Amino acid sequence: MKYLHLIWAALWRRKTRTILTLVSILAAFLLFGMLDGVRTSFANAGKSAAGAERLQTGSKLSFIETLPQSLQARMEQVPGVKMVAYANWFGGAYQDPHNQIFTFAVSDNYVDMYPEVAVSPAERKAFEQTRTGVLVGDLLAKKYHWKVGDKLPLQSNIFPNRDGSKNWSFDIVGVIHASKPDDKQMLQGGILMHWKYFDESNPYNRGRVGWYVTRVNDASQSDRVANAIDALSANSDHETRTMTEQAAMAQWIKQMADVGFIVVSIMGAVFFTLLLLTGNTMAQAVRERTSELAVLKTIGFSSVSVLGLVLAESVALVLLGGVLGLGLAAVLGPLLSAGTGGMVSMPPVPASSWAIGVALMLAIGLLVGLLPAMRAMRLNIVDALAGR
Amino acid sequence: MKSFLRGVLLALVVVASIVAWAALPWPVLLALAVLFLLWMQLTRAGRQAGSATSVGVSTLPQRIGSSSVVVVGIAGVVAVLVSLLAMGVGYSEALSNSGSTDTAIVLRGGSASEVSSVLEHDAVLAIAEAPGIARDKAGKPIASPELVVAANLPLRDGSGDEGSVQLRGVGDQAWAVRPEVKIIAGRTFKPGLRELVAGKGAQRQFAGLAPGSQIKLGSQLWTVTGIFASGNATDSELWSDADVVASAYRRGSSRTSVFARLTGANAFDGFKAALKGDPRLQVDVQTTLDYFSKQSEQTSQAIRIIGIVVGVIMAIGAVFGALNTMFAAVAGRAREIATLRAIGFRGTPVVVAVMLETMLLALLGGVLGGLLAWLAFNGFAASTLAAGTTAQMSFQLHVTPALLWTGLKWALAIGFIGGLFPAVRAARLPVTTALRES
Repeated sequence: MKYLHLIWAALWRRKTRTILTLVSILAAFLLFGMLDGVRTSFANAGKSAAGAERLQTGSKLSFIETLPQSLQARMEQVPGVKMVAYANWFGGAYQDPHNQIFTFAVSDNYVDMYPEVAVSPAERKAFEQTRTGVLVGDLLAKKYHWKVGDKLPLQSNIFPNRDGSKNWSFDIVGVIHASKPDDKQMLQGGILMHWKYFDESNPYNRGRVGWYVTRVNDASQSDRVANAIDALSANSDHETRTMTEQAAMAQWIKQMADVGFIVVSIMGAVFFTLLLLTGNTMAQAVRERTSELAVLKTIGFSSVSVLGLVLAESVALVLLGGVLGLGLAAVLGPLLSAGTGGMVSMPPVPASSWAIGVALMLAIGLLVGLLPAMRAMRLNIVDALAGR
Repeated sequence: MKSFLRGVLLALVVVASIVAWAALPWPVLLALAVLFLLWMQLTRAGRQAGSATSVGVSTLPQRIGSSSVVVVGIAGVVAVLVSLLAMGVGYSEALSNSGSTDTAIVLRGGSASEVSSVLEHDAVLAIAEAPGIARDKAGKPIASPELVVAANLPLRDGSGDEGSVQLRGVGDQAWAVRPEVKIIAGRTFKPGLRELVAGKGAQRQFAGLAPGSQIKLGSQLWTVTGIFASGNATDSELWSDADVVASAYRRGSSRTSVFARLTGANAFDGFKAALKGDPRLQVDVQTTLDYFSKQSEQTSQAIRIIGIVVGVIMAIGAVFGALNTMFAAVAGRAREIATLRAIGFRGTPVVVAVMLETMLLALLGGVLGGLLAWLAFNGFAASTLAAGTTAQMSFQLHVTPALLWTGLKWALAIGFIGGLFPAVRAARLPVTTALRES
């Protein structure tokens, strides 16, 4: 620790070079922070505590097939089941048919399944009492300037109304917020309507639901309950497949893209480049200071402590740039999300990314410092002072 | 104050050149390059710049370590950028290859994609009789009423997870509508039986799709009789007889879409007008090219934006790496440059020489990065959930010449910024102090 000022002074011996290198390191770790944030949020999707207690039941045939609504009563009888809700995909679009919005036709208890989101009791009551009422996510309401009391015209990509047109009209009766302000939920960008109204108003549905959501009493019993639910309709014409929300989400994301592979490939290229760049800087720094290092040795610094000094310098350089970069990613992500009104949703840099990031910084710092530090350690005082 | 103004001026030069570089079409850039070459050949300053550059380049091998930082840094940027963009290009190619201007797709009005469309039996019959549809030798219209559904199948990666695949029930004219679809193994399915053929992309993605094997869709057993290849998005599908699919999925006599081969691209307007004018029908009519291009638009746009954002951040890092290297190079050659200045070389040739050297390294990096992306990722198979469908679509990354050109442009832009500031410093080096420096 007592050599800290020495390391610090050595770092700023050539200001321009250090600053230029720092910016390069900063850019690399800014990218790392953003990409690893994305990777983590994909990897952790559905892994919340409440998510572990929820099961999703869909048709075994494929997720576009529907199930009879009568299954709900039978599912509620399965031991270990606390509550069963159901929903249908509505295929809603606002203003332009291509401007699609997550719109679900849901059972009355659907919102209770998701303690992550909250609706005020008064609005909840209004929703229950209004047949054509809908709850809208707060992010969506902000984006389109909707207020409670507004009429909401929606088109469905799939379902015609009773009059044969695909234009539906709803009344906004409430807004869905996240229970914890920083914890973004998908429902904040969605619309919920009554399944009953949906079922009565369109001639094609006839009492079918898209999927069931089941809450279990004990998350450790999830597998048993899931099997019991699937057993209810085994060998019928509507066989089901039940998974925890987490497993369903993981499967979905896996089909979207191999995010992990893409992120690792990009970061591999970035860090390889960074290694070379910082290594070059450190090599230059040591080469320039050959005589100074020789003086240090002359006045009694051991070879090992000279090695340590150079290594510490390179680690400090990478750490400084890296922490600034990750910090910038942490600041920039939320700013970007807020600035675009939730259009671009950048996750904050999670603690795990910080841990990986710092470990990477230390590793890169040691790696790039190693060769120059060895050179400094092996320095022959007489030769170095003579400039040979 | 003076140096501050100079800094602002330089920054303006950088911004203006980058904007011009990005916006100008290649013939203009070529003309500028020719002008520059002429200047180097014909004027005194140009010839001076040429000889200063050759001196600089000849000392490059001595600085191989630090010069390679510029090359590798830029190669990294270009490789990542080109690979990401190749993903977007590959995706939209797979979809737009699926379409042509002389085939049309008819969906229920207002349906964004096939899965959300329903056409009743009467509508299907009426569409097939519309004018403009080509007819085969027997005089039957070449139109295929199709039913698109999704099915869950186990993935091939051994994890036991299931993925979603698109199952297309087709009419007997489907092969005539899409002549590019060919059976490459086994035989086609027999109408009326629970048999299906699998695309070669689907075969790569899902387990158990070999000719002769049986797969379970839901609780029903189907026999895979063959594998087909088309070279486009259809490769990710399973095909079977529309009537069999309809009964298995309880769709009655309804279909999701009608694909039709027209007598020619010019017959489309008449075909569309006839269907729009039919009071029995409420349909959207598009050429398949339009339809599939529209499907790919959003996703490929999103991939492009991701590629550019990642590329820009990496480029910033590479610019500073290049700056660092070139400042060091200029400092290392301070005496040499001062000597040139002392014997009468003006500022411009010195600036040009340093810039040219950096751009040369950048060019090398750009070529290397493009080559790397091409070797590693051209033809690399990827898959995603396709927008507008309910199933996985596999596609291949495609590193096109246009993308390589984009990569080179980026490389040269990075080299330009990375070289400009050190070049100006070199030109402004005070001769006397530089000569005295050891």
